[in-house]
Amino acid sequence: MSTLSTLDESALPTTAPSDDFGGKSSARAVKDQVARVVMWAAFLVALIPLVWILGSAVFKGGQMLLDLTWWTHSQNGITSRREGGGAVHAIQGTLIQAGVTALISVPIGVLTAIYLVEYGRGRLAKTVSFMVDILTGIPSIVAALFVYAVWVTTFGFQRLPIAVCLALTMLMIPTVVRSTEEMLKLVPNELREASYALGVPKWKTIMKIVIPTSFSGIVTGVLLGLARVMGETAPLIILGPYTAVIATNLFDGLMPTLPTMIFQSYGESVQPSVDRVWGASLTLILLVFLLNIAGRFISRFSKVRN
Amino acid sequence: MAKRIDVKDLDIYYGDFKAVEGVSLTVEPRSVTAFIGPSGCGKSTVLRTLNRMHEVIPGGRVDGTVALDDQDLYAPSMDPVAVRRTVGMVFQRPNPFPTMSIRDNVAAGLKLNGVKNKKQLDEVVEKSLKGANLWNEVKDRLDKPGAGLSGGQQQRLCIARAIAVDPQVLLMDEPCSALDPISTLAIEDLINELKSKYTVVIVTHNMQQAARVSDQTAFFNLKATGQPGRLVEVDDTQKIFSNPTEKATEDYISGRFG
Amino acid sequence: MSSITGHSAIDELPTGDGRPPLEADQAGTGRLGDRIFGGLATGSGILVIALVTLVGVFLVWQAVPSLLNNDANFLTSREWVTAGENPRFGIVDLLWATIITSIIAMLIAVPLGVAVALFITQYAPGWLSKPAATLVDLLAAVPSIVYGLWGLQVAGEYFEPVARFTDTVLGWLPFFTYTGTPSAKSTLAFAGIILAIMILPIVTAISREVFAQVPTTHKEGALALGATKWEMIRTAVLPFGKPGIISAAMLGLGRALGETLAVTLLLSALNASESFNWSIFGGGETFASRIANDAGEFDSAQKTGAYIAAGLVLFILTFIVNAAARVVIERRKAFSE
Repeated sequence: MSTLSTLDESALPTTAPSDDFGGKSSARAVKDQVARVVMWAAFLVALIPLVWILGSAVFKGGQMLLDLTWWTHSQNGITSRREGGGAVHAIQGTLIQAGVTALISVPIGVLTAIYLVEYGRGRLAKTVSFMVDILTGIPSIVAALFVYAVWVTTFGFQRLPIAVCLALTMLMIPTVVRSTEEMLKLVPNELREASYALGVPKWKTIMKIVIPTSFSGIVTGVLLGLARVMGETAPLIILGPYTAVIATNLFDGLMPTLPTMIFQSYGESVQPSVDRVWGASLTLILLVFLLNIAGRFISRFSKVRN
Repeated sequence: MAKRIDVKDLDIYYGDFKAVEGVSLTVEPRSVTAFIGPSGCGKSTVLRTLNRMHEVIPGGRVDGTVALDDQDLYAPSMDPVAVRRTVGMVFQRPNPFPTMSIRDNVAAGLKLNGVKNKKQLDEVVEKSLKGANLWNEVKDRLDKPGAGLSGGQQQRLCIARAIAVDPQVLLMDEPCSALDPISTLAIEDLINELKSKYTVVIVTHNMQQAARVSDQTAFFNLKATGQPGRLVEVDDTQKIFSNPTEKATEDYISGRFG
Repeated sequence: MSSITGHSAIDELPTGDGRPPLEADQAGTGRLGDRIFGGLATGSGILVIALVTLVGVFLVWQAVPSLLNNDANFLTSREWVTAGENPRFGIVDLLWATIITSIIAMLIAVPLGVAVALFITQYAPGWLSKPAATLVDLLAAVPSIVYGLWGLQVAGEYFEPVARFTDTVLGWLPFFTYTGTPSAKSTLAFAGIILAIMILPIVTAISREVFAQVPTTHKEGALALGATKWEMIRTAVLPFGKPGIISAAMLGLGRALGETLAVTLLLSALNASESFNWSIFGGGETFASRIANDAGEFDSAQKTGAYIAAGLVLFILTFIVNAAARVVIERRKAFSE
């Protein structure tokens, strides 16, 4: 850029009128500068909400997290006007549900990606790919409604934590499929051929060569997908109401989570309650960010490079 | 343990497209045969039919026979996976498995096929690395990643990996095209040693290399643009390079091609 | 990256140097291991197809009885009474609120996202470009409910003067009248702004990916003709990236349409008696926020069916938008290869 402008001003032969050379007229230079300023400004504007949200959460909720009881106690028996209690029930619930969701989605997602990259051809593969696209676009509230329609309306079951996991699974599968697919595509075909040429069957080649080679990338995709479902709230509101006590049974009763803990009392104005809401928000943000950062960090160890 | 290869009336297809037509040739055991010819004439394709790697490509199929000591590789009862264990292959670009150490790379073929005996594996690793002239360079860092070696060392590692499964035949698809001259020389020396134990077929773009390493040379060419490739002439390397029968071969070798 | 946008993760990773895998090579054999493994993989693919099909079938199946029992016109009525013998419900208000908030979000997020993507790919100094991309991506990691909470309790109050000012200047247009109720943070306009922040990372990530793919020869060609950087962007980068920007906008729109919690926390519902008004500084409810707000009411099949019908419309809406985005992307692929 700067070399270009020096060229224009000094290096041009004087015999050539600068206009013929398309040398920068002042209007063009001004436009160029304005564009540069606009781009920088756009970036800074985009940062404002991030900084502001994080700042608010730390400022309003940070105090709660410094208290040890936050990490050891539930809200059992504590009213909104009273201080005290912790969020361990909600943290536990969020982690359990995310874990179970991952347990269901990862095998299905990874296998579907393997199908698309290593096996699928023709109409079926196109259809699967298209369906994954649709699944990517399904709003979380619609996924929740679907599970509700099946689980509660059709089969007449209670709202249970496991039903939440099923709804979250629908949201996680497409992200796992797409990220795994990208990673598998990055594994050079030479490695598959080398393995085949050693007389290794295709399934072993995939399991022992292709997957290990793209492993860190797949883990990254899973972690980022997990970060996304952890923050999802809509399915929880439809299928997993809040409770203030510790609950770990996926198949019975209610299970509290951080998002429902926030949703439960976001409208209250008494200070202890407001503090707790922001404390829960900050905890949730930290969990999600940790997963994000871990995912990005792991992707650095990707073996898919020469 | 080396075996003879007999190719007879081989037509090779990609889907409906006939890529190579009417190839017949014989490769003697414990000899080196070089495939030469212009790009796109099908020499690598022919090579890949010798261990049934061609059919891995969607739509890839062949007509005709390829026999290894009278055993038809394309007989319906033949398991392509077993064929590939008998006929090893080294590729154009060195492709060690990036997740594996040097030791595991060499042992990969055995390990992935279920050999677990550590002593046996260690023996094979040492024998194969020695066979690939790499042992002295890597014996102190067998647990380091194979991708950390130089290009020439990586290619010799791939050769060690290929001979570790104890094949009868070794196919090499332009094994030196991604290497510098010194590494190339090391590989060529190695090929000379390998032919005492294996039947070697090598595809190369480098005619000097063909002249240096091979006993027999096969020249492939396209009939015309868009037409299938074919085998123009196969003969002793000496004869091909000094007094070829076909005019096309002479033109190609003397650089008057095209 | 990927899981945030549901799209390519390639820009996050060093690209492999070798050839890409063949689409479904034929190395599979009749071995038991190959049959089982291939079967599992294919089975998973079929499971995904079944899942999506089931979503459609179940939603329709559950919605139809309620729709048949509906005394009002579902597509044209503004009422929403789902209980009782004679339920009357229609989607006009929901559709309006959903679409107007999403359009506001697009109008803000698309230009801003494109500018940020240009900044990251063309303007940022080398050391800044990756961290900048990561920071913008982190915006997508903030949970939706936290956006809602932040808008409601922190940022919302600063929107009051903006709303009043807009009313003073542009209030003669029905779009921009602000009466003071509901409070500015509970209006469609503010919900749209929060949505804009939420879809900004999607728009940025996809645009960024496309801009990074502009062939160097195009860019150098423009520069060699003596173009300034901005002229180079206008003549080489933007035309190349246009389909990408369009699909980025579509995918962002798809996300905005279905976004639930932030909107649920912010928007204040209209009274049933209130007459329809065009102002973006009014209240309302989107499909998603209506469903989330009334989750407690799903006690009878009739009521649930009404909400599922609303969810179905939302599903169709996002489906159309996403499909359009795909078509644009596919077209681009066809041209660039």
